[in-house]
Amino acid sequence: MKRKEIFVRYERCTGCRSCELACAVSHTAARNLFGALLGGERPQKRLYVDQVGRVKAPAVCRQCEEPPCVAVCITGAMHRREDGVNVVALPRCIGCWMCAMACPFGAVGRGEGKAVKCDRECLDEEGVPACVRACPTGALVFQTVEEFEAERRLAAAVSLR
Amino acid sequence: MAKSCKVSLDPAVCEMVEKAGRLEVETVWDRYQAMLPQCGFGETGLCCRHCLQGPCRIDPFGGEPKAGICGATADVIVARGLDRAIAAGGASHSGHAKHIAHTLKKAVRGKAPDYAIKDKAKLRKVAERLGIPTKGRSEAEIGLAVAEAALADFNEKATEAPVTWVATTVTEKRSKLLMERGLMPKGIDYEIADIMHRTHYGCDADPINLLQAGIRCSLTDFAGCHMGTDLSDILFGTPQPVVSEANLGVLKADMVNVAVHGHNPVLSEIIVAVAEEMKPEAKAAGAGGVNVVGICCTGNEVLMRHGIPSCTHSLSQEMALITGALDAVVMDYQCIMPSLATVAECMGTRLITTMETMKIPGAIHIPFAEERAKEIAREIIRHAIEAFTRRRGKPVDIPQNRSKVVAGFSAEAIINALSKLNADDPLKPLLDNIVAGNIRGVCLFCGCNNVKVPQDRNFVTMARRLLKENVLVLASGCGAGALMRHGFMDPASVDEMCGEGLKAVLTAIGEANGLGGPLPPVLHVGSCVDTSRAVALAVPLANRLGVDTDQLPVVASAPEATAEKAVAIGTWAVTLGIPTHVGVMLPVVGSRYVTQVLTDKVRDLTGGYFIVEPDPEPAGQKLLAAIDERRAGLGLNVPGGARR
Repeated sequence: MKRKEIFVRYERCTGCRSCELACAVSHTAARNLFGALLGGERPQKRLYVDQVGRVKAPAVCRQCEEPPCVAVCITGAMHRREDGVNVVALPRCIGCWMCAMACPFGAVGRGEGKAVKCDRECLDEEGVPACVRACPTGALVFQTVEEFEAERRLAAAVSLR
Repeated sequence: MAKSCKVSLDPAVCEMVEKAGRLEVETVWDRYQAMLPQCGFGETGLCCRHCLQGPCRIDPFGGEPKAGICGATADVIVARGLDRAIAAGGASHSGHAKHIAHTLKKAVRGKAPDYAIKDKAKLRKVAERLGIPTKGRSEAEIGLAVAEAALADFNEKATEAPVTWVATTVTEKRSKLLMERGLMPKGIDYEIADIMHRTHYGCDADPINLLQAGIRCSLTDFAGCHMGTDLSDILFGTPQPVVSEANLGVLKADMVNVAVHGHNPVLSEIIVAVAEEMKPEAKAAGAGGVNVVGICCTGNEVLMRHGIPSCTHSLSQEMALITGALDAVVMDYQCIMPSLATVAECMGTRLITTMETMKIPGAIHIPFAEERAKEIAREIIRHAIEAFTRRRGKPVDIPQNRSKVVAGFSAEAIINALSKLNADDPLKPLLDNIVAGNIRGVCLFCGCNNVKVPQDRNFVTMARRLLKENVLVLASGCGAGALMRHGFMDPASVDEMCGEGLKAVLTAIGEANGLGGPLPPVLHVGSCVDTSRAVALAVPLANRLGVDTDQLPVVASAPEATAEKAVAIGTWAVTLGIPTHVGVMLPVVGSRYVTQVLTDKVRDLTGGYFIVEPDPEPAGQKLLAAIDERRAGLGLNVPGGARR
């Protein structure tokens, strides 16, 4: 089966930050907002919604096939997991931030002196990432490149009518 | 075979949900699914829209942004949001009471001939409590003075003579405590406006000061509830036990079915009054007569005063229309879903709004005026008859489910029933049984259904648990509606539902009153404003014991709360010293500080506190623990031994 990616349909983003919140919650022990808050957990989000002018833009790790963050990691902490997802092995991370410099998307964050990034350990029972599930407008979608591009082509075709 | 489904415990509702699905009529549960996921900032109370620089939202996990654009922290934003919910609740319940006060005033001045003082004894009792002279005065004079005292309670009053419907309805100790701690409201509308002022951009930014004002404002809701109950009893009679039925099975295919929906008896009483005289017109249209049924709290009002059957409540209001048998829904205000317009269009039901404060596109608006009440009510029922003529002969789907209900347990009715055991000291049998442990404590269920909870699940699970543990259970509002349709108000359920001690007490009272059996497991105290009746029972109990309400083994629960009114009621219950459970998350969790104040620190101020627990099993356990703690505090025995 072809791998699915998190795609962004920028024109749909309202900047509500629900994706950020859901991402953080999915990385708690409680795995729900109220449980995490009442349990005093302090999770971190792995994606970021920025705004430039009127454009609202969620930035999430692209999970590159040839990841610059992995290429530059001197300790091997940043590595490609068997499922093709690029993740950090925290014990080996020395917080040098080479990965942060190398990532063209600004998708690496800081957590307690170590790199924190999207690890896709947030999938629900249907295999959908928390950020995608939380998006109320469909700005984030979880599809194969083929599916996403097919939709793009259709949209382009419709616009020709 | 009884239907079951995920969204409700009520088989009648499940049957109608299935039908709605077949007909592709959208319901509250469909809209909830479409709304998911809901916004976490809103859920936690961390979204602020109080100024045009916003909207602002705070990271609940302590990251950026930590404060709104103006600098308001999570604590401030959450406290302000809670305050506004309380103010909205207070405005609604007191608005309901104000409406009845105006009606009373018109009635005694002869301007509303269809209304009259029905319970003269209660009028005098209320007047005396308020310090209004009654000797040698006519009912009309006293009634006018009571109505004017009620309306005066809305204004800003002198500090030494604050809102009378608070100062005279709680224990003296509580009244003094409220005064000393700055929690006594100066005026109903005054405090509600004060909340809107202090939560405006750039005003109160001290979370504790905000919460204190919210607590004070919650008492405007209490005043509204108590006033609503008192004045309704004066105009329409104080409820006494009455036998009726509940659930969708009360609709009748060959009758003109009219549902009264909303809250205020000012409208529903008149509909009930003219329904019988409209029978010839209904018969001429080929119907057996006019069948008035209740939805939500105005249903409770006419159930307990006239035995009008309760059709359904709260969350399942659309289901009454889905039957295809409902000819008209007559509405006043509060908790009426605008979606009814769409469902009504599909099902051929006439929707009739009557109040200036509540219009719905798609409904017929017939402005109600107390001056011409019966005339307008007849016009309304004619609409229903006309709708019936179009429906006549067409198939309907009325679920067969009906539960027997014994309703109408006003505080007066309960004390009257107890007086059959001890005429000189009616409270003594109740106290003796509490002391002996036959009654472990008292729990009041109130509040709404909430789409986030399978309908009635929390009510049913918790009531079952508490009854088995010999807790005397009262219920008001849609909480009463939930429990009545599951047989909790049928005396025949006592054997199966209640613990031995409670069973003996309910049987003794029932038999002393010539019922030949027990009282029902759960006592129906009325509509949501009638939550005040539980206080009207607790206050003399506390006085009799020489304690305050925060020492009684009394708890409250709104396990499926929805409305801002429920937030306000919950807060005033806490203010009167009652441990109060809420079974859905209040939008306060985004502030650790506010959550801590509400669930713990407020205890130092009022003796009450919130218990927030969505799971009904541990929630029941927590209420039992709260009851036992109170029992231990009074030096009473605690099942399984004292825990402290």
